[in-house]
Amino acid sequence: MRVGFFLREAVRATRRSAAPSFAALATVLVTLLVLGVFIPIVQATNGAADSVRSRVEVDVYMKTNATAVQEARVRQEILNIPHVKTVQLVSKQTAYEQQSKLDPAAYRLLGTNPLPDTFHVIPDNPANVLAVHNALTPPTAGGGTGTIDPSIQSVSNRRNDTKKILEVTNLVTITAAALTVLLTIASILLIANTIRLSLYARRREVEVMKLVGATDWFIRWPFVVEGIVVGAAGAGLAIAVLGIAKVALLDPLASNWTLIASPRTISFTALVIVLMSAGVLVSALGSGLSLRRFLRV
Amino acid sequence: MIDFRGVSKLYAGDVGLDQATFSIERGEFVFLVGSTGSGKSTVMRLLIKELEPTAGVIRVAGHDLDQVSRKRVPYFRRNVGVVFQDFKLLPNRTVYDNVAYALQVTGGSRKEIRAKVPDILRLTGLSTKLHNFPHQLSGGEQQRVSVARAFVNHPPLLLADEPTGNLDPDTSIDIMRLLYRINRTGTTVLVATHDQAMVDKMRRRVLELSRGRIVRDEAAGFYTRDETTRDLARRLRAPSTRPPGL
Repeated sequence: MRVGFFLREAVRATRRSAAPSFAALATVLVTLLVLGVFIPIVQATNGAADSVRSRVEVDVYMKTNATAVQEARVRQEILNIPHVKTVQLVSKQTAYEQQSKLDPAAYRLLGTNPLPDTFHVIPDNPANVLAVHNALTPPTAGGGTGTIDPSIQSVSNRRNDTKKILEVTNLVTITAAALTVLLTIASILLIANTIRLSLYARRREVEVMKLVGATDWFIRWPFVVEGIVVGAAGAGLAIAVLGIAKVALLDPLASNWTLIASPRTISFTALVIVLMSAGVLVSALGSGLSLRRFLRV
Repeated sequence: MIDFRGVSKLYAGDVGLDQATFSIERGEFVFLVGSTGSGKSTVMRLLIKELEPTAGVIRVAGHDLDQVSRKRVPYFRRNVGVVFQDFKLLPNRTVYDNVAYALQVTGGSRKEIRAKVPDILRLTGLSTKLHNFPHQLSGGEQQRVSVARAFVNHPPLLLADEPTGNLDPDTSIDIMRLLYRINRTGTTVLVATHDQAMVDKMRRRVLELSRGRIVRDEAAGFYTRDETTRDLARRLRAPSTRPPGL
């Protein structure tokens, strides 16, 4: 009985005050559309940044005459350095095969294999790559930099590249996070404000309800139900538009453009759930809370 | 039914009500008169606990208002019907739904609503206006809807704040007659008004307020308690019989 009453009250209110309800619905629709487009973009950007960062590594080149014993010792020394995740040895034969595949003519001309054995050192976190690099090349008495083992020829010096990659990807991640937070706050404020406006139009009604002895929750429930209905309708429309856009625009492009097809972006089902619950929750909470100030009679 | 003991209400330095003491018995019909700002509305708003007194004790229908918590206020208000000068109807509900709302609020069943609402609308003479919206009604009709809504729960106390303030004399008489009819069912009725002519003709008990003080409390004599509503209406419509110089 009660549930039915509240539902009927909510439907009546939506019908009778169609304009404010429509404004609230449109606000939910637009903000959720923007969020729905923005979430996958942020995720794709973060995914791209992460994959760039995961390629950050330090290469340790052995002397060409290094023995297997020396190599085993160097591997152990590298593993002892903090923040090293993995060490992978690429033998000169493997390196030669890889390189000559890329440029067969040049290597055929060369005749011999000029490449040394190489250790690919991958840090546990891209941000620690410089620390690892520094540990591999301790400063010498003469003021230059040496290596931790005499059998090491040199350590790749991509200090500048690494730094740039880290800075740029950091910036991208932080910007994306900041934009997400701002957009979420803006959505909540926008929706809450629209709801407050539609409630303001009905504050006299609330006053009368209080005077005939309605309890706060008795007054509030129809508004909360209305918020849920409006939020769900707005979210449903937004999801429909996004779905159409995905099928019509994105899917044909996905085969050509790897960023869109990136497996790191949110699945459409998850996006639907996120948007739907955000729309419903924000609207219901917005209605229920905005009503508080009008209930003080 | 109503008991004020030394009740004062101060508004940011201004006196709304000053040491008011009076009591009203069950079944009485009482006028509360006084000029604008004399404290009539303050009394009304104190009675439904819309305001808290600065000092003093108010008892209404067996409740000490100081003991009624904020949470219980809605339940207390169901014991008091209220009628306002500006009707305060819900604009987007029909006459029927406006009255029914007062029952829905108290958790009245659909069966109960279907039984009670037409009854009270017949009593107030609105049977033909069930499905009209407030803006389609005249002022007198709107006020009758408001009275119907206030009385549908059969509260022991009915308050009317300037119920005839927006109405012409003839319509005012109809409303007064309606309030009197409700009074005759045993409901205590308190009417705040500055319609002096109406008060004189009704010849009921009068409480007069001036600058927040009770300055007159007289059981305006020579009326009979069991006067019929028709007799009352006839007397109200007659030209003033007030002796000159009074």
